[in-house]
Amino acid sequence: MTTLETKTGKRAAYHCSFCGKSKDQVMRLIAGPGGVYICDECVDLCREIIEEEATAPGAGEPPVVPDDSATSDVSRETPTVSGVSTLVARQHVLDLDDWTPDELRALLDRAATMRELLGRPGTRLKTLQGRVLVNLFYENSTRTRVSFELAGKKLGADVVNVTASASSVTKGESLRDTVETLQALGARIVVVRSSQSGAPDAIARAIRGGVVNAGDGWHAHPTQALLDLFTLERHLKMVAGKRIVILGDILHSRVARSNVWSLTAAGAEVVLCGPRTLLPPAAAELYAARPVPGTGALRHVTIEPDCARALKDADAIMVLRLQRERQQAGLLPSLREYSQRYGLNEARLKLAKPGAPVLHPGPMNEGVEIASTVAHGSASLIEEQVTNGVAVRMAVLEMVAGALAAEVNA
Amino acid sequence: MSSETRQEQLALVGARILDPNRHLDEPGWLLIRDGRIVARGTDADALAALVAESDAPLRTVELPVSWVLAPGFVDLHAHLREPGFEGKETIASGARAAARGGFTTICCMPNTNPVIDSRATLDYVLSRAKDAPAHVRPIAAISKGEDGRELSEMAELVEAGAVAFSDDGRPVHSSRLMRLALEYAAPLGVPVVEHCQDEDLVGGGVMNEGAVATMLGLRGWPAAGEEVMLARDLALVRLTGARYHAAHLSTAGSVDLIRAAKAEGLPVTAEVTPHHLLLTDSWVAGERTGPLAAALAAEGLTIEPGVRYDTNTKVNPPLRTTTDCEALLAGLIDGTIDAIATDHAPHTVVDKDCEYGEAAFGISGLETALASLLALVRAGKLPLETLVAALTSRAAHAWRLEAGTLQPGAAADVVIFDPDETWTVNPAQFASRGHNTPLAGVPLRGRVRMTLLDGVVVYDAAGEAGKAAGTDRADEAVR
Repeated sequence: MTTLETKTGKRAAYHCSFCGKSKDQVMRLIAGPGGVYICDECVDLCREIIEEEATAPGAGEPPVVPDDSATSDVSRETPTVSGVSTLVARQHVLDLDDWTPDELRALLDRAATMRELLGRPGTRLKTLQGRVLVNLFYENSTRTRVSFELAGKKLGADVVNVTASASSVTKGESLRDTVETLQALGARIVVVRSSQSGAPDAIARAIRGGVVNAGDGWHAHPTQALLDLFTLERHLKMVAGKRIVILGDILHSRVARSNVWSLTAAGAEVVLCGPRTLLPPAAAELYAARPVPGTGALRHVTIEPDCARALKDADAIMVLRLQRERQQAGLLPSLREYSQRYGLNEARLKLAKPGAPVLHPGPMNEGVEIASTVAHGSASLIEEQVTNGVAVRMAVLEMVAGALAAEVNA
Repeated sequence: MSSETRQEQLALVGARILDPNRHLDEPGWLLIRDGRIVARGTDADALAALVAESDAPLRTVELPVSWVLAPGFVDLHAHLREPGFEGKETIASGARAAARGGFTTICCMPNTNPVIDSRATLDYVLSRAKDAPAHVRPIAAISKGEDGRELSEMAELVEAGAVAFSDDGRPVHSSRLMRLALEYAAPLGVPVVEHCQDEDLVGGGVMNEGAVATMLGLRGWPAAGEEVMLARDLALVRLTGARYHAAHLSTAGSVDLIRAAKAEGLPVTAEVTPHHLLLTDSWVAGERTGPLAAALAAEGLTIEPGVRYDTNTKVNPPLRTTTDCEALLAGLIDGTIDAIATDHAPHTVVDKDCEYGEAAFGISGLETALASLLALVRAGKLPLETLVAALTSRAAHAWRLEAGTLQPGAAADVVIFDPDETWTVNPAQFASRGHNTPLAGVPLRGRVRMTLLDGVVVYDAAGEAGKAAGTDRADEAVR
């Protein structure tokens, strides 16, 4: 159990003073003395906390003090660990293939709260206070690492960055050694980035603690997909029924793979577009055989090597990074031809629905897979993706911390 | 193997005797003397008369009629890792694993360090195998150092005891070298064995190319990567007329190619492994589809789901699809595929305790082959006689080995198994140093009770049960 401190100012609309949700986002908002409010969700939460307190001896957390001062700018303490009642707490986030629409919804809702908190200066939660969060990066990625680092710090964690080159095997160190070392360092949550598909799965099996996949090989990048969905939802309101094109090197893309799971679970139709040499084998067969968990709905995935047909009437476009090695490996005749056929320029963007947003996981090769005018144009949500990434990762880390706490209590 | 035991006569009485070599399948007795089979029969008086011919004392072992007595199994494809990789397996530990699995003849692959490409190394292997509880028949390398450039000294290697040639673990990339190997080996009377894999096409593939590989983000190893190489080799066999054996077939297309080649009269033989007959690429994702899971489920034995990226499922060629498994089984039944071979490929824990892409290829297969395949027999998909033939007479005939028969005068290499005993695969109990099996925790039915090599009991499950409690690894005891 941990606590949340926010500095709240006087606001025109009625907001829960504990979680910050507006009147419209909750069922009931109850007014207290001096302009404070509490929502039904937070009341439930408080009841849970009290129950937990009763059963957990020696819990040394500060007490939940009802705040009766009428002034603004007071620090409030709200427990948040089990704050997402409908969210199934997962100890590991390895991929999104087994996430139900409800789970996605709950996490994104929580991310929305985090996003709001990020907008207020000085916000710092205590969810991970005293916990060690290790960023284990076998593959360099400044932006993802920084995003997790920031998310961890916002939740109060001690963040340790471990940058290792290549795989454990190359270093002559078994995964088991690595895990034992991390545990000796007191790692509670390990964020793993690896060029090897399945590395986070292997670490998750061996570690006492939680693992969050920050991108593994061609396999998955669940937090990227969650932030993409979060970003899309903010612009499209809902993604259900929308036609979302993922454009580029699908074959080698963990971002595309995770996005297919989450977008289709959210009800979107996903079009995978790229030259045949960069499309994954048997993709149609794969998604046809794996309906959405929880609902059993079929996943709508179309494979379309023709760029114009794919982009026609698209509601949103996700452009993937094209690595130059692909051309060197012979998968493409030239970057020039790729850019001509698949690069997202303004003319191609016009094929999509008016105002269709453009996303890119970064870093971009401007002039190859995306024209600079599009990357920095009005349709681009690329900068917003970065900000949203921190909020989504806070929600993910909080959920993992909740799962770990629940396990300890059990 | 003391001389005392050799001098006694041994009568194995009561079990169902199955000798596919002579299409025999009936309860009866088998009499062994001086390490050889004297006779088998059903009539007790006839046994008594034969026993009386010798002064040697008689030991009679009564066996339940539900147990099967068959020729000791012949494995055309095993990796014993010695010399060079004794951490994975030794000839002694591999032979003990063989005995535990009912195999009495194991042909060992030359991808050791040094490679078995010279008489010196081959002699070393044979010297290490002298007292092993299985007949070890080395396969020598096609090319020096298995580097695909120059032929090894094939004639001398055959003289020294090589039963076949292979660069297994790798294909022979050069079509010209393959042609030369076939030409040169032809008059030596042994087959050239190919590991069919077009390295360009397969690239860094680590599992079957398909939906599961796409889901897991693992590099695919397409079926065509095997078929392209096999098709090339068959053209070279047509050109040279030399004997050729295709190792570990894994695809439906390969079965078709071999079937057509045999119909054409080409001197080709082929093998399939238990895992390619039984398991599919879904196992890499921890899911359990394919013939083994279906057969076990049908009789109420359930397999727990596995984990994703289980490196024990990583094998070369990779586990394929149910369609491939079924085509391989059909090929085995119609005789297109001659033999079941284990491709026993033991590895250390460190070789497998890593990321999937980095893990070593291979399954430790000697100790689960029979029990896993018996699931197909009970499911009515594979006649028991075909299974035993593919493990004995058909394997031996493919390479013209003197093994795999209960014929009078033959070496008394015998396996006795209980087809009904249920057990759960526990790699910690393996005699092999390689505990790498995707079948860990899987309940199987059918267990080797006793294995005899030259008339001597080299494995007895009853004895093992007694001491199993104290030792977690029989390996250490023998060291």
